[in-house]
Amino acid sequence: MRKFILRYLIPRFLQFLTITFVGITVTFIIPRLSPTDPVEAQISMMMARSETLDPQSIASMRAALTDMYGLSGSPVQQYFAFWGRLLRGDLGPSLANFPTPVSEMIGQAMPYTLSLLVTAVIISWIFGNLFGALSSYYPKNKALNVIEVLGQAVRPIPYYIVALVLLVVFAFFIPIFPFSGAYPIGTRPSWSIGFIWTYIKHSVLPVATLVLVGFGGWFIGMKSLTSNIISEDYVVYAEAAGLKGIKILNHYIMRNALLPQLTGLAMSLGAVFSGALIMEVVFGFPGLGMLTMAAVLRNDYSMIMGIAIYSIIGVAVAVFLMDLIYPLFDPRVRYQ
Amino acid sequence: MFRVLRDLLRYDGRFRFAFILLAAVVVMVLLSFVSPDDPNKTFVVAMDAPPSLEHLFGTSSRGQDIFWWLTFAVRNSLIMGVITAAISRVIAIIVGLTAGYQGGWLDRVLMSVNDSFVIMPLLPILILLGFLLRDMMNLFLLGVVLGFFGWPYDARLIRSQVLSLKERSFTRTAVYSGTNGFWITINEHLPFVLPIVFATTINNLLWSIGMEVTLSVMGLSDLTTPSIGTALFWANQHGALVAGVWWWIAAPALVAIILFLGLYLFFASINEYIDPRTRLRLIGG
Repeated sequence: MRKFILRYLIPRFLQFLTITFVGITVTFIIPRLSPTDPVEAQISMMMARSETLDPQSIASMRAALTDMYGLSGSPVQQYFAFWGRLLRGDLGPSLANFPTPVSEMIGQAMPYTLSLLVTAVIISWIFGNLFGALSSYYPKNKALNVIEVLGQAVRPIPYYIVALVLLVVFAFFIPIFPFSGAYPIGTRPSWSIGFIWTYIKHSVLPVATLVLVGFGGWFIGMKSLTSNIISEDYVVYAEAAGLKGIKILNHYIMRNALLPQLTGLAMSLGAVFSGALIMEVVFGFPGLGMLTMAAVLRNDYSMIMGIAIYSIIGVAVAVFLMDLIYPLFDPRVRYQ
Repeated sequence: MFRVLRDLLRYDGRFRFAFILLAAVVVMVLLSFVSPDDPNKTFVVAMDAPPSLEHLFGTSSRGQDIFWWLTFAVRNSLIMGVITAAISRVIAIIVGLTAGYQGGWLDRVLMSVNDSFVIMPLLPILILLGFLLRDMMNLFLLGVVLGFFGWPYDARLIRSQVLSLKERSFTRTAVYSGTNGFWITINEHLPFVLPIVFATTINNLLWSIGMEVTLSVMGLSDLTTPSIGTALFWANQHGALVAGVWWWIAAPALVAIILFLGLYLFFASINEYIDPRTRLRLIGG
């Protein structure tokens, strides 16, 4: 157990701290490197909106904004103050919806994004691996070859374009799925069966986008991993012993290739998360992606900053959690 | 070079398909130089005309011929992709070679920074950056910015190659004959990793053009320059789908799919060709 903590748990925890540290530091540095002063930009934007601002209120606003952006004091002081506010969970108020805190709005949007993301990642991972293993074990199967070609053809296309094509085809030309949103305007989110059903109907295309783009990667990864395993002696022995194909595939081949794929899942979370954000913009799904888009349109700097910070921490935590459950699957780590 | 091309064309169906798609892209890029329309001028042709022989992809609500406008878009998107690829290649090679050859604490520090960049969701960070640089953003700057974020994955790949090169006898010979570490990495190791660098360049190109689409549709790039992303941005801005001008959305989407699929198949084919083990399977010795 001690060896497990020292050799496995502590390095993983250090990696988690590194990701958070690098990510947060990058978001701290970026606004300070940018040639435009965010405070002045914000003030000129407010002045453009309403002309009735007297110099005194502008000065007080400038002081308040400088404080809010954490731009007072030396860079080192600023950096520590920045971490201090983060650790207290205080990301300031949203500039566009003034007194509402950024954290609260992100908290409201998060469940929508998470529900799509988790569903899509699980579906694409399971099906990609399953079909990948099948395709390397039965290389002559026509249907599997067709699936492979289609999967590989969608894989390089950006999430935005795939989402757009699905939207145009399945909501515009063949209107079997709703055009936009997570539920019709006027309905209230609740846990009733009717609402859950409409929610699922609205989620099909967004989830399909993430699944279609993700599937090909898992497929080809599993195929190349298992292509070496298939010629191993123990697989040949199992075949000679007359075991059923499905049993060989399940117990002898896939088991040995799942671990690298699990690591790959942790490594790809950030990219899938980015994809989920932009996919939401296409479907008007009220999650973090829409929140980002609205913040960009309304020049809500603190919101964009908050979303960047929350996304980095969220993905880092997810990867760390996956590292924690990894020993359950890997006997080498488990028996240490 | 030509032999490689001939082999690939003869033996790899995927490469043939990629070749056709990329040839179409190249033709579009070349056509941009003889375009009858200036992409910066609006209302030069009739508005909202569906695709026809006269206007291959139809015309937009801004009175532009979509086909000719897209020829500029493809050219600009590719130029931006090449800028990104060039910058991120340099960083990836430096980081990968150094981390792999030096090892020790430098390797650990570089790789943990590297892994952080692989795992972090880059889009929110790029949106933050794009938002702050919005007033001065142009395609060149966007290419540079993306270049500074597009290296980590390839740096790791290069490092893993160097780790095995380091154990080979020619590296030992060079070390014992007194060559310093810098020249070993440049003269002895770099030539070995260049083929991978080439293959990953194409992948990086895909990534950066895709990122440009993503950032542009959010309005975070120079919207006056034609690019695949800005084409979609303007179509959305004018509510093309709601207005029934579907070809304004479909045309850039189609061009993007041709470009991405062509580049990806090209990458996949080259990647198998570079690896001697898979090359045998591909062209049969």
